[in-house]
Amino acid sequence: MERTTLDLWVGAFVVAGLGALVVLALKVGNLSTYNVSESYVLQAHFTNVGGLKPTASVRSSGVLVGRVTSIVLDTERYEARVTMSIDKRYQFPKDTFANILTSGLLGEQYIGLLPGGDDVMLASGDEFKKTQSAVVLEDLIGKFFTSTADAK
Amino acid sequence: MPIVKSLRVIGNRTVNAVWRTGYATRFFVMTLFYSGPSFKRFRLIVKEMFSSGVMSLIIILVAGMFVGMVLGLQGYETLKRYGSESALGSLVALSLVRELGPVLAALLFASRAGSAMTAEIGLMKATEQIAAMEMMAVNPIARVVAPRFWAGVISMPLLAAMFSAMGVFGGYVVGVVIIGVDEGSFWSQMQASVDFQHDVLNGVIKSFVFGLAVTAIALFEGYDAPPTAEGVSGATTRTVVQSSLAILMLDFILTAFMFQGA
Amino acid sequence: MSAPLVEVRDVNFAYDNRAILKGINMSFHKGKLIAIMGGSGCGKTTLFRLIGGALKPTRGEIRIDGQVMHELDQQGLYDMRRKMGVLFQFGALFTDMSVFDNVAFQMREHTDLPEEVIHDLVMMKLHAVGLRGTHDLMPAELSGGMARRVALARTVALDPMLILYDEPFAGLDPISLTVVGQLIRKLNDALGATSVIVTHDVQESLKIVDYIYFVADGVIVAEGTPDEIQASDKSFVRQFVHGEMDGPVPFHYPGGDYRTDLGVTA
Repeated sequence: MERTTLDLWVGAFVVAGLGALVVLALKVGNLSTYNVSESYVLQAHFTNVGGLKPTASVRSSGVLVGRVTSIVLDTERYEARVTMSIDKRYQFPKDTFANILTSGLLGEQYIGLLPGGDDVMLASGDEFKKTQSAVVLEDLIGKFFTSTADAK
Repeated sequence: MPIVKSLRVIGNRTVNAVWRTGYATRFFVMTLFYSGPSFKRFRLIVKEMFSSGVMSLIIILVAGMFVGMVLGLQGYETLKRYGSESALGSLVALSLVRELGPVLAALLFASRAGSAMTAEIGLMKATEQIAAMEMMAVNPIARVVAPRFWAGVISMPLLAAMFSAMGVFGGYVVGVVIIGVDEGSFWSQMQASVDFQHDVLNGVIKSFVFGLAVTAIALFEGYDAPPTAEGVSGATTRTVVQSSLAILMLDFILTAFMFQGA
Repeated sequence: MSAPLVEVRDVNFAYDNRAILKGINMSFHKGKLIAIMGGSGCGKTTLFRLIGGALKPTRGEIRIDGQVMHELDQQGLYDMRRKMGVLFQFGALFTDMSVFDNVAFQMREHTDLPEEVIHDLVMMKLHAVGLRGTHDLMPAELSGGMARRVALARTVALDPMLILYDEPFAGLDPISLTVVGQLIRKLNDALGATSVIVTHDVQESLKIVDYIYFVADGVIVAEGTPDEIQASDKSFVRQFVHGEMDGPVPFHYPGGDYRTDLGVTA
């Protein structure tokens, strides 16, 4: 068995194909934000997560600092428990607010972190004590109607 | 009795279709069953990857580039109305990686490589090459069909990835270089919205399934083609029509499974 | 005389109740060159496929080297076929392989010979048909006669004991025809094989074969050595050998009355 030009072409084809996959993973996709930096885990309880999904971004001051890894219903408290992995480079004070926000009017939902002033930082496995749930449109409309009815 | 006659025709066609489906299934199972030799002699697969994969490269790259450019143009026009031109990157990338890359690459693959496979095997049958192989105590499914099958299945995801990457580049050229969308937000919005597992990997799975479907159809049509010039040309047409339909139907099913509610 | 290599015993064959062969008996002895002749559509090719084991007879049996073909399983059939060489109509060379790879095909598929040995063997086979110089050409680059000779080299690649030729003379010019005819004879004698030629080319066959069977309407209508055939006064054989237009094989396909068809009946 010897090498032929055919092998060269097929080899180039395979390399180009795999290269395209790598580009899609790193340049187009978010694989770079997954693995490049090490991360730690934080949790938060929300009464309502709205349309939040796993892999949704976690941002602070608009900067991507981590991602949501899982969303489950905590049957002890009947609240949603959201687990997120946060980039090791960023530390947050214990009294940081975790809010579920929407990017733009119709955009995806994400978790926004609003750091407080505490000196103690959250360690891996800790929980955000102060959270604000997603704004649900029906509740909002409902509140609007009851408040206008009270006013009469 | 024209009614009886047409009923008979319909009945015959139905029975034939079921029969053919069974035959195709057996053919597919046999192909998998006799795949061992082609992996022991991987050269056979490499040779077929040249004719199905490498020969489809140009059309895939050019088509990917243009589809990306059109997406960049159309996407910009639409997004501009809502003042969110910065989302152009994610629009281009998501539509390519999730849908257009796998689907269009598979459609092109079906008409470029699939039809060639059908014609080649059909001609091999018409010129008794298949029968000759059989008489030489060489199983034509193992020697002719299986290597082509695996070459197609391996090539398809690679081609689809190249299509998508080329499309993203085309969208970048139109959106950023020509129209002047901010380069930073183009890439960052793209990266923020395209998830590796959810979007890229699912796209790869899609194109893998399409590759299976296209090559299986192409090989079966070639193997089942009547051994005449009309037979082969008819089979080639059927390959393109059937595999295109199969791609679009499978795409719907896969999309429903992959992106439901998540 | 020793037992024949191939024995065809009372073979019947029908496609969907349409009888093609009705009680054929033949025996081919070792070292002989046998021709099976008949007009188009007389069941020659079916007979050929039966001997190759590609079809099963509806009744009767075909024994090759003592084994009944239709009782063999897939593996047994493949083992038997390794001892057989088949030349298809128009050669059936693999169009995606070079001449060299075509001839080497069976050696690579069935033996573990090193590539250098295969190279020498292929060159010897190609030399035997006078086409050593074409080894790196593709089949499409060969003339019809050359392609047939390459196919011949491929057929005898593994020195078969039984060689079947399906219409080896079809579509050849007179020179190529003689060349192929002589090669068939020479290869058979050199290999000590038994060859069966299915053909309708009478003149060429009469020159090279040892024994001839005439098949018409699914039965053997005549058989004998070339001399006996030449001298035969059976009307069918005379019509066939001398190419007469009308005779036992009618010129007209059976039809209605001519005048009725033309609409001139009064």
